[in-house]
Amino acid sequence: MLSRDTWKEIFETIQKNKLRTFLTGFTVALGIFIFVTLFGMGNGLNNTFAKFFGDDATNVFFVFPGRTTIPYKGYKANRRIEFENKDLTDIEDKFSMLLEYISPRITRNALVTYNDESDNYSTRAVGPAHQFAEKTILMKGRYINENDIKGKTKYAVIGRLVEQDLFKGEESIGKFIDLGGSVFKVIGVFQDDGGDNEERNIYIPFTTRQLIEKNTDKIDQIILAFRPEIGYAGAMAFEGKLDAFLRDKKFISPEDPNGIFIRNVADNLKQNQQFAAVLQIIISGIAFAVIISGIIGISNIMVFVVKERTKEIGIRKALGATPRKVTNSILFESIFITTISGFVGMIIGVVVLGQIGGKTLEDDYFITNPYIASGTAVFATILLIVCGTIAGYIPARRAAKIKPIVALRDE
Amino acid sequence: MIEIKDLHKSYKMGSNSLHVLKGINFSCEAGELVAIMGSSGSGKSTLLNILGMLDEADSGEYTLDGVPIKDLSETKAANYRNKFLGFVFQSFNLINYKSAMENVALPLYYQRVPRKERQEKSLKYLERVGLREWATHLPSELSGGQKQRVAIARAMAAEPKVLLADEPTGALDSTTSYEVMDLIQKINDEGNTILVVTHEPDIAEMCKRVIHLKDGVIVEDKKVEQVRASQYVK
Repeated sequence: MLSRDTWKEIFETIQKNKLRTFLTGFTVALGIFIFVTLFGMGNGLNNTFAKFFGDDATNVFFVFPGRTTIPYKGYKANRRIEFENKDLTDIEDKFSMLLEYISPRITRNALVTYNDESDNYSTRAVGPAHQFAEKTILMKGRYINENDIKGKTKYAVIGRLVEQDLFKGEESIGKFIDLGGSVFKVIGVFQDDGGDNEERNIYIPFTTRQLIEKNTDKIDQIILAFRPEIGYAGAMAFEGKLDAFLRDKKFISPEDPNGIFIRNVADNLKQNQQFAAVLQIIISGIAFAVIISGIIGISNIMVFVVKERTKEIGIRKALGATPRKVTNSILFESIFITTISGFVGMIIGVVVLGQIGGKTLEDDYFITNPYIASGTAVFATILLIVCGTIAGYIPARRAAKIKPIVALRDE
Repeated sequence: MIEIKDLHKSYKMGSNSLHVLKGINFSCEAGELVAIMGSSGSGKSTLLNILGMLDEADSGEYTLDGVPIKDLSETKAANYRNKFLGFVFQSFNLINYKSAMENVALPLYYQRVPRKERQEKSLKYLERVGLREWATHLPSELSGGQKQRVAIARAMAAEPKVLLADEPTGALDSTTSYEVMDLIQKINDEGNTILVVTHEPDIAEMCKRVIHLKDGVIVEDKKVEQVRASQYVK
């Protein structure tokens, strides 16, 4: 399209007008740089978000008992609802088609001691399926199994930080710890993506906890998971049925807002995803505005550049430059500068994003692994170049149309 | 070489229109050195601009080297200027970020002359105006007379049919003016056609023919005995 000679002429012009080149290039590079870093930060924010809420399984219901507020079927209001072991098996029988797994959870705080080290930890008395609901990752040993439930064994699975605090690097598996006055044997150590607090938990069999508490059969909460195949709509229907079933079983009025609570993670997840999407839209909006102001910036500079060169254009036209040649040389010069500086800005942005991502940013500003998809970055850069070209074309064309005598008079 | 008939030109100034050229008839042969004189506002620059296709006449005929110049698009005018005409301006109009040599080479670039040949040619023409050693200097490093000589070299490099000079000595002191006129005379001696717009009588006397313009018409057209500028040049 362009001869080597034309390019050489363009290079020379660029080389000999350093300030002009710098101004144009700087605007473009800055625009793209801001876009890339901003967009990357937005993605980082989203990552943090996903991490916060991605800790638990997404097909899980948490069922909590409450206190009734409406009298129903001869029962007075203000009655405390309690779950017991029978409820677990009843739910299992009734919803076997929809249910993937179910586990109770009884949470108690306890002073835990090993040798001279002791501290308060939260203990969760659970069933084997609880491992899946919390996405507990075993580092060593094993989790609580059915035999532990049946045998009411005094086994404990401790969090990574519990091991770190109490055992100080010593091997913990097989050792005995004092847990609120009872001696438990450590059979496993786990880690959890949910953060440090999750790793300060201790899991024990729920039957053992019930045994310690005077052989009761009460349960704090029920955690259950539906089969993922039933989908979001299926989960919502399941939630409704489960709610009705439990209200009927525990004699709670269907209108009572407080008798029983079901927290549906799928529902939360959907809300969270919506929130994240809105966040992404806001960030995209800002990034888009940055690109627009970048385009306006280049347009202004192009107008200035052409104005500054009016006399030169007049001279060139007097010497035989056709309007087309004038337009082309201005245009290709601007394309060349915007392309180079656009990609330079993009690369600097990507490098900076890679450098700033780290622990401080993650902990203090909730930005995890800021990144930008290369497609997005390249698209934005090309958009800026194309718009810059169009913005440059208009003044370039007008300048090329000025009569040479008018242009020559320009000082 | 140049043939114009009944040329009219007026400028719109708001609601008034200013009739600058009121029917100019003029012709000139190849190899002539013509001075166009007149007080300011007489229309001499307008005439030169029309001859140089930098501006268009309202009516009248203009033939340059047998080619009728009419209905010019910008592109066509640019091509004709490139092929037929060389310009020398009062304010030199060199491109300030290009060296003397690059300035001289510019019209050749628009003629699509290959780069190497451009360089050779521009050096040759710089040599002719005595500025070969200054080839790599920027216009800002040259004196007024030197700049004008570079401009003349640039105008000649394209080997035009006609050289048009608009007050070529207007911004120079008399010594440098004579140097420039000496150069113009030498170029004319080689057979080039040159038109010089001036208001200085001594410059006009160094041409071979003087045309007086007054209020948009030619009032006098005479051949003169040429005064050689070389006698004033040391």
